[in-house]
Parts: sequence; structure tokens; C-alpha cells
Amino acid sequence: MRFPIVAQVVEVPSDVNVLFDWPDVLPLGINRVVLLMFLATAATFLFLYLPVRKARVVPTKMGVVVESLVDFVRNGIARDTIGSQSAKYEWLLIPMFFWILFLNLFEVTPLINFPVTSRMAIPAFLAVLVWVVFVFVGLRKHGLSYIKNSLIPPGVPKALLILVIPIELISTFLIRPISLAVRLFANMIAGHIMLTVFFLTSASYFVLEPKAVAFVIPLAFAIVITGFEIFVAVLQAFIFTLLTAVYIESSIHVEH
Amino acid sequence: MEADAAALIGAGLAYGLAAIGPGVGIGIVVGNAVQAMVRQPEMAGQVRTTMFLGIAFTEALALFGLLLFFILFGAGG
Repeated sequence: MRFPIVAQVVEVPSDVNVLFDWPDVLPLGINRVVLLMFLATAATFLFLYLPVRKARVVPTKMGVVVESLVDFVRNGIARDTIGSQSAKYEWLLIPMFFWILFLNLFEVTPLINFPVTSRMAIPAFLAVLVWVVFVFVGLRKHGLSYIKNSLIPPGVPKALLILVIPIELISTFLIRPISLAVRLFANMIAGHIMLTVFFLTSASYFVLEPKAVAFVIPLAFAIVITGFEIFVAVLQAFIFTLLTAVYIESSIHVEH
Repeated sequence: MEADAAALIGAGLAYGLAAIGPGVGIGIVVGNAVQAMVRQPEMAGQVRTTMFLGIAFTEALALFGLLLFFILFGAGG
């Protein structure tokens, strides 16, 4: 038994998937993860649409929040990274930022308490989407010389090419999407496990020994980490979007 | 049983060793970014964005170690 104190109080499932899969209740294999993804999609749409659906001279309070956040993604991430062409890729960057942000924030949302991005399928899907977009952008902009230019850096001696080409191939077309997905996934699952360990330890101490105040210590840790996880959720959404913009930029301005 | 123990020891070593390099690396990245921001405060915004980018690339190595930890921890089950 891995967590002896916790196991005295809560039933630890042998397979973590039983927490998510309800094969009998809903059709098409819809489970908790899928429902939360629908919820995040609806939240993204409503958040971006409702507060600003009518043009006003003085925007509402929510309108100001939405406008400043969209302005941050549009100018702070997209335009500063990609440059004058950035408006072409806002359709991807802005919804993706808010979608990942909402999925991450489910980690600290009461009654949900589950970061959906800690299921590898979602970061993996997003990374494959980003991969398709930046390869497509490069191919459309430069044709097949995109592949050649991204594999052969300028100024490399001919004899070294046998070493450089495989490295560039792996780092550009393989490691990029993998590290993009793993970064988001591992950050969220690490935070989720930390929160789970501290909250469950605290709850177990409270149930087993309510007179002793030992449960206060993990509870205090858990509260501090909750604040930290809100920061991490925003930061990871920002970094994912920023790296997408950087990869698109590197496809547009591939070195010659 | 011994294979399980080896997997668990390997899990601890994998993450512990993977955290050393990125720990030093992120320290260097942030330290130099702070220096740049102090020297040229008007460039602080751009330096901060680049700093996060550098942190993200450096941190990925530690996260691969974390992933390896989960894999080995599961194998030692």
C-alpha cells in the first residue's frame, strides 16, 4: 500500500481510470473528461462572446477583462512573436489560449478539482494540431525548400551534414510536439498529485486523529500550493500559446 | 520483488538526476534575465517573454525525468 495513512480513510482505486470512465451511463464513450472538455469549450465561447457582443462606448466590467486578455494574446503573444503576419494565426492562438486556460483552471475549481490537461490525450492532440499548422505554414510559404532549409542550418560544413541533418530532423519535427505536449501534461499532473497528496493527508489525519492538530500542517501546504497552481495554470496556457507562436514564426522565417 | 525495488530506486534516481541540470539552467536563465531587466528597464517586457521561453525549453528536460519517474513508479507497482 503506497499511502498507508490515506488508505485507512479513503478507498484508493487500483486503476485510476475508474474515476473517469462511466461506460454504462452515457453513449459514445462520453466520460467525465469529455464532459469537462465540452464545458471548457462552452466557457471559452461564452467568455469571448457574451461580454462584448454589443459594441459599447464604455465597456462593461467583464468586457474590459475580456478585451485586455484578448489584447494580451493578440499583441503580447502573437504580434510580438510572429510580427506583422500575426493576424492570420489568431484563429488558432486566441481560442487555444482560453481553452487550455479553462481546462487548467478546473484543477482548482471547487467540485471539479481535476485538470483535464493532465490526461495525455488532450495535450497530445493540441501538440499534433500545432505540428500540422506549423509544417503546413512552412510548406505553403516556402514549398519543399522549407524542409531543406529547416534541416540544413546555414554555414555548416559539408562533412558535418551527416551529423546535423538527423539532429535537426529529430529536434524540429519530433521533439517539438513531444516536448510541447509533455510540458503541459507533466506540469498539470505534478500539481494535481501535489494537491491530492496534501489534501488527502490532511483529511486522513483529521478523520483519524481530530484532537491532534497535525492535519493543519498539510492543509496549510495545500492552500499555499493551490495559489501556486493558479499561477501555474495561467503560465502553462501562456507558454503553450507562446511556443505555438514561436514555432509558426520559425516556419515563416526559416533560415536560408 | 527485486525487480520492483530496482524500478522504484530507478524512479527516484531518474527524477532526482533529471532535476539537477534544469535547476541550474533555470537559475542561470532567470538570473541573467533579471540582470538584463535591471540594466535596461525599458526592455523588461521583451526580456520577460524571452525568459519564459528559455525557462520552458530548460524545464522540459526535468519534465521528461518526471514522466520517466511515473513510468518506473508504475512498473514497480
